Amino acid sequence: MTRVRSLLAACAVLAGVTSVPGTAQEPRLTVPYTMDTLANGLRFIVHEDHSVPVVAMNVWYHVGSGDEKPGRTGFAHLFEHLMFMGSQHAPYPAFDRLLEAAGTNNNGSTTEDRTNYYEWGPSNAAPLMAWLEADRMGYFLPTMDQDKVDLQRDVVQNERRQGVDNQPYGKASETIGRMLYPPPPPYSWPVIGSMADLSAATLEDTREFFRTYYAPNNAVIVVAGDVTPAAVGDLMRHYFGDIPRGPSITRPTPASFTVTQYTLAVLEDRVQLPRVYYTWHTAKAYAPMDAALDVVAYILAGAKNSRLTQRLVYEDQVASDVVAYQDGKLLDGDFTIRATARPGHDLPTLHRIITEIVGRLAADGPAPRELRQAQNAIEASFLNRLERVLAKADQLNGYFYFTGEPDYFAQDLARYRALTREDVRRAAATYLLAPKVVLSVVPEGKRELAIETTEVAP
Amino acid sequence: MMYRVVALLGIATIGVLHPSHAQVVDRTTPPELSPPPALRLPPIETASLPNGLTLHVVEMREVPVVQFSLAVPGGGRQDGARPGLASFTADLLDEGADTLDAFGIAALTEYYGADLNTYADWDAMVVNLKVPYRNLDSALALMATVALRPSFRNIDVARQRDLRLARILQQRDRPESVAGLAFNALVFPEGHPYHASLTGDSLSTVGLDSTIVRQAYDQVFCPNSATLVVTGSISVAEAVQATQDHFGTWQRCPPSAVATAAPAQHDLTSPVNLSIDRTRVFFVDKPGAAQSVIRIGGPGISRHNADYIVIEVMNTILGGSFSSRLNSNLRETKGYTYGAWSGFAYRPLPGPFTAGASVRTDVTDSALVEFFREIRTIRDSAVSQTELDRAKAYLALGLAGEFETTSQMAGKVMELLTFGLPLSYYDDYVQRVMAVTTADVQRVARTYLEPDRTVVVVVGDLASIRASVDALGLGASSIRDIAGHPAAN
Repeated sequence: MTRVRSLLAACAVLAGVTSVPGTAQEPRLTVPYTMDTLANGLRFIVHEDHSVPVVAMNVWYHVGSGDEKPGRTGFAHLFEHLMFMGSQHAPYPAFDRLLEAAGTNNNGSTTEDRTNYYEWGPSNAAPLMAWLEADRMGYFLPTMDQDKVDLQRDVVQNERRQGVDNQPYGKASETIGRMLYPPPPPYSWPVIGSMADLSAATLEDTREFFRTYYAPNNAVIVVAGDVTPAAVGDLMRHYFGDIPRGPSITRPTPASFTVTQYTLAVLEDRVQLPRVYYTWHTAKAYAPMDAALDVVAYILAGAKNSRLTQRLVYEDQVASDVVAYQDGKLLDGDFTIRATARPGHDLPTLHRIITEIVGRLAADGPAPRELRQAQNAIEASFLNRLERVLAKADQLNGYFYFTGEPDYFAQDLARYRALTREDVRRAAATYLLAPKVVLSVVPEGKRELAIETTEVAP
Repeated sequence: MMYRVVALLGIATIGVLHPSHAQVVDRTTPPELSPPPALRLPPIETASLPNGLTLHVVEMREVPVVQFSLAVPGGGRQDGARPGLASFTADLLDEGADTLDAFGIAALTEYYGADLNTYADWDAMVVNLKVPYRNLDSALALMATVALRPSFRNIDVARQRDLRLARILQQRDRPESVAGLAFNALVFPEGHPYHASLTGDSLSTVGLDSTIVRQAYDQVFCPNSATLVVTGSISVAEAVQATQDHFGTWQRCPPSAVATAAPAQHDLTSPVNLSIDRTRVFFVDKPGAAQSVIRIGGPGISRHNADYIVIEVMNTILGGSFSSRLNSNLRETKGYTYGAWSGFAYRPLPGPFTAGASVRTDVTDSALVEFFREIRTIRDSAVSQTELDRAKAYLALGLAGEFETTSQMAGKVMELLTFGLPLSYYDDYVQRVMAVTTADVQRVARTYLEPDRTVVVVVGDLASIRASVDALGLGASSIRDIAGHPAAN
């Protein structure tokens, strides 16, 4: 869930991968950084890249919808919106106005596991970014009031209408989530939350959430671009140094995530074409089989010659699209295959083919060239991510959160390079033959197009 | 060989302010910022092959990737009686070429770690390749195969045609798509190239076959009218050599058959009368819709319009930034929407001006009132100097962030070429933005925003919204379908 429609989230920024002299053909994949911690527990990471005179500041608070209480779903994201509603020394609407007047863009986003806030613009704007981020980290509550909560509640409820309620297939994701992650939390509900829970959120919830999670010791800041570590260190100490440390956060250890039986569900929606979703529990982010599952997803539906795409869309021509992805989160992962039937075709037809193809990959693994193609494609995506300072900043924060090492680029790539055909086969066999959630979304009144049969054993 | 050096803002200092280590932090005022850094754009170098193919090369060494973008004039603007033809033809290029089928092309592309895509916009068909430098030669050979030797086999044409029909059908599911299609059809009457969608409709698509596509390709794919933009980790000499190696045998077309890259000014007159005599409201019914999708506007301006920069500043204030009046009012003050915006679409023929938002059903009328209030206000009263200064800085200082990646750079260069603008265009961009005055803003608002002669499209739950919207008296209303045609109540 992001705060601003994509139209307004414009520019990108370029930066460099360090090339080792004399080996221009094979760049060393590294994003050098320095890291420091203030006395209040705030950690900050600096990556220097002077190729273009721009800077990105990227703040991660380690809180997401997975930390929400039942009855307050969607609150982490609503809170993200409130963070733009002003703070003691930068009362609303100073935040956006000052940044725009400095040629700077900003946004924020919330996932199940974290909330981020970021600004990107000309490098002389770095002190302004720091001043604003520090003020809302340290002085958010004095200007927060009921009107602001009510207003952003309206905005977020509109965001839900626009992204979920008024979109075809919009309710599929939260329907699957309820079945795949039965309560208790985390991950039982969508990041956007329910209308009823958004309506129930109070000013007191806002205060409590801020005091619990929005503290320097629960945040990590990356500054990347045309800056020096010394200058950024001065900024951080100056603006963030006296913000008091917050309480330490204890999170309950969740019960294990499993689906013990095949779950079939049907959703009627205002759509022209039926669509099926398969979802399995898999490995969490950076767990041993996480990378292999990315490759499984690619071999199934990552390119035109991937197995499901080739068969469903090109050869049999029974589907108009097919997508597969592994979504590794902090505490669990899940794997999705999604296919939309072409006009005149039903989901049981797709189901037979998908079951057969997944079963074959789990039995025989990929061909050598299939694996190599997947590895090369994934490697290229690493290079593309390094072109933008903003993307590098967010990735440094992400790697640090998930692995403890900000510059995990080379190790991350090595996970994919090391995979064998047997690794990929085993990942498919371990996870994709297990019980799963199968959701059919069909046009209103056309349940006969859904998958209603008992499971076909692969 | 011609050299152009593009630089912005002359010379200024780079770096951040070093604040002092005071015991007590003064947070009461925002920090004073040092002068904005200079953006020094790398030179754009130009060369030609013997067959007439023109190259523009920008060397960018930060990441070892290279992008080759080939554009041939002749996009959707020239589709004529077959809307979607250029887009369909471009889409087919990588579905089969020479001895390769779609799987063969995909397998090689991905094996090289490349991104190869083909598409048409309103003005050109484009083939884009982005690839790690070490695989450039193999990937460029593949790109040339796709661009120069597409096979357009019946079997591929039929498959892609059916796929496109399925996607056209699915446009009906998305209220934003419905609103956009109806809006364009109503702003640009039948006979205007922008009346139909760039990707056509089911009627124009169902009749497409291999012969039609081959013809569309042959008419425009000529080296002597094509442009190649190369950006990334490559020298000019190397780019020219690689292009000669892979595109050197491409046969020049006779001059009579060659389309020009940028239409001459006299070609820019609209083929049909675009004048709107009064504001009208068009509803597209979506029973039970959770929101109403609003689109307001009319014919906009050409990219060649002398007021282009002033109009961009004006629109930044009206609806082109987060702090813009439309977003501040409809989202941040009223809470009617997740976001409200406005913008001019630039094409050689004037594209539309559009303001829009998706709003809660029960405030559809109130939202329309606020849209019209803001459009009238920016015409009727001068903007404040503070607002103007913020908008100018946002555009001028934000420019650096638009030249970061090889793709962005290629896009910017291609834009200048498409519109026939000089490669030196950005030399004085910042100065021209900073020269805009509040009077200029009001003048262009009065000239180009037409609240009394505008098209209003609302896609939503008709039963809930029609009476209250009609009561606003914006103009006569009628019910339309996705194509803008009259629909039954």
